[in-house]
Amino acid sequence: MSTTTADEHHDDHHPSGIMRWITTTNHKDIGTLYLWFSFIMFFIGGFMALIIRTELFEPGMQFVDPQFFNSMTTMHAIVMIFGVVMPAFTGLANWLIPLMIGATDMALPRMNNWSFWILPFAFAMMLSTLFMDGGGPAGGWTLYPPLVLQTGDAFPFVIFAIHFMGMSSIMGAINVVATILNMRAPGMTLMKMPLFVWTWLITAYLLIAVMPVLAGGVTMLLTDKFFETSFFNAAGGGDPVLFQHIFWFFGHPEVYILILPSFGVISSIIPTFARKPLFGYSSMVYATASIAFLSFIVWAHHMFTVGMPLAGELFFMLATMLIAVPTGVKVFNWVCTMWRGAMTFETPMLFAIAFIILFTIGGFSGLMLAITPADFQYHDTYFVVAHFHYVLVPGSIFAIIAAVYYWLPKWTGHMYSEFWGKTHFWLSTIFVNITFFPMHFVGLAGMPRRIPDYALQFSDYNQIATIGAFGFGFAQIIFLGLVIATIRGGVKATDRVWEGAEGLEWTLSSPPPYHSFTTPPNVKGEWNWFTHQHYETVKTRS
Amino acid sequence: MINANRKSASKLFVVAIAMFGFGYALVPLYDLLCDITGLNGKSDTVTQQQQPVDFTVDESRTITVEFVTNLNQGMAWDFKPEIAKMQVHPGKAYQTSFFVNNKTMRSMVGQAVPSVAPYAAANHFIKTECFCFTDQLLEAGETMEMPVVFLINPALPEHVKTVTLSYTYFDVSNTADNKMINLKTI
Repeated sequence: MSTTTADEHHDDHHPSGIMRWITTTNHKDIGTLYLWFSFIMFFIGGFMALIIRTELFEPGMQFVDPQFFNSMTTMHAIVMIFGVVMPAFTGLANWLIPLMIGATDMALPRMNNWSFWILPFAFAMMLSTLFMDGGGPAGGWTLYPPLVLQTGDAFPFVIFAIHFMGMSSIMGAINVVATILNMRAPGMTLMKMPLFVWTWLITAYLLIAVMPVLAGGVTMLLTDKFFETSFFNAAGGGDPVLFQHIFWFFGHPEVYILILPSFGVISSIIPTFARKPLFGYSSMVYATASIAFLSFIVWAHHMFTVGMPLAGELFFMLATMLIAVPTGVKVFNWVCTMWRGAMTFETPMLFAIAFIILFTIGGFSGLMLAITPADFQYHDTYFVVAHFHYVLVPGSIFAIIAAVYYWLPKWTGHMYSEFWGKTHFWLSTIFVNITFFPMHFVGLAGMPRRIPDYALQFSDYNQIATIGAFGFGFAQIIFLGLVIATIRGGVKATDRVWEGAEGLEWTLSSPPPYHSFTTPPNVKGEWNWFTHQHYETVKTRS
Repeated sequence: MINANRKSASKLFVVAIAMFGFGYALVPLYDLLCDITGLNGKSDTVTQQQQPVDFTVDESRTITVEFVTNLNQGMAWDFKPEIAKMQVHPGKAYQTSFFVNNKTMRSMVGQAVPSVAPYAAANHFIKTECFCFTDQLLEAGETMEMPVVFLINPALPEHVKTVTLSYTYFDVSNTADNKMINLKTI
């Protein structure tokens, strides 16, 4: 984990060993902690997915009892969303935002330490519920009442764990916004920021706006269960459907929280390996902002089947379809960036291109789900499972992996093994499709999600999906080995690492000093996304 | 710089806390929306006192009203309508009954929650007398006949030919200091 070399000038009173990591306020250390936390949770959540896929290898009940199966689907989702994707992006934000905008550190370093260290406790609490009387939460990660109120002893622990996760991400988001607004290097105007910074700024606002709503919703569940309130209890004048509205008012912006930073990552990687500036920089910014805005007015497309007036269904259908427009702008911009570029296909670029293709497939199935009358057939089937796994696994997760390959030489000072990187890429891409593509077919044929058993005719596709899942899972062990090997040694990385890399982080040494940009770089004037010349300019100035 | 950071952070914390409040504000907003649209079949509350003045009876239209009874999970009562459906004319008041029997060995308090389908009918289905306005205390083994008086507003949209009135009985023996529960919007 020694991604940073000790710097004698600054380290004189810095604790070493484990205390260094517990007390650290350094954005690079905290970024590393977040990324490792996310990586560990990725294997835990992945293990749960393999339990699900093992049970679904054959029809009938084989290995686990239905209650445990349901708690696996629930926990897999909670771990992957709150424990893997969100912390990974926060880790990338910690590592990269100060480097990209020329800041010394995050704006609020002490709070930064807090927001990370809450997480291991939150997840220890969440995972411990699996061993409690009545088992872990098994009503789905959406926590719909009244089903979720039947959770056993685990219930209050689940709610408090979600509160902690929420607090952690709100604090992380506040830190990101404060850093971006106040700590940019002189001359770094908002419209000169790298897109990763832009997408994170917008994501952070989304987090601040919706995580408290989730906190409110789960608090209502808690008081309904223990303090005789009737928010969702029809006998007391409440309405269970209200919870679904509150949950998805959080839940839909949440899915953009999970994807917007990946758009930033891809927008960094594609220009580097196409050796061309990003096509349509400002349209990318506006598209991101439009997606964020639209995400607040589409939530009820998750609940077409609960019953809604026709006008409501039409509104939510059309608003949802509208999101395809800014998303399409992004995809076309990436493609235009590659158009006639001098492309090379290093591992980060491969993951980025796979992201564009496979995320778009997930986007299209999302459009199909948006069609209200069709949604009545797709609702709660494996088609939905296929859709959101396409946007989250070869979407968010591939973007995170691409980001790790892209910046790992910068972080560690060593080049990774291109052979193992490419092996990891091809195995992941092939197996991810073997896993999730057949789910479209069984879903359209009517296989419901979150059920441990299925009708015989779904067997073939389920067996294919299970084989794919194990292949994908084992491929990630290559990734783990590669990351550890790269941290330990390897060919020395140059400062710029990639021939076409642009941005302030590449003007620093690889690995960067523990405290970087103690004197802010000056990026006044020449910095221009359209001339693609700024790396040299900034490098000679600073 | 440090001051600017603190300022940004405190502003953003205020936003976060306000959004927590907004989550709670969604509760009355949702009720309001349901009242306006008839969403979720929440029908008009019309008690005897505020009974609407003379609707003209529309003999030319006949609407089928269906009665459906449900028991919430764990509710050990028998609950049936006197008749499964009846033909009514809009504007005229009708009476029907429901029967409920406490099959258990202990006294229990039940609360019926009504729902009207389709939504377009919810705001036009008026109950002037209903056991759902209060909860019921039934001794062990006790049976009760409960009347409902209702009428359909002649303004009911043309395309609605059938209206379903559904009741779900909830066990409220252990809730709310019982423990008269005041249902405001049912």
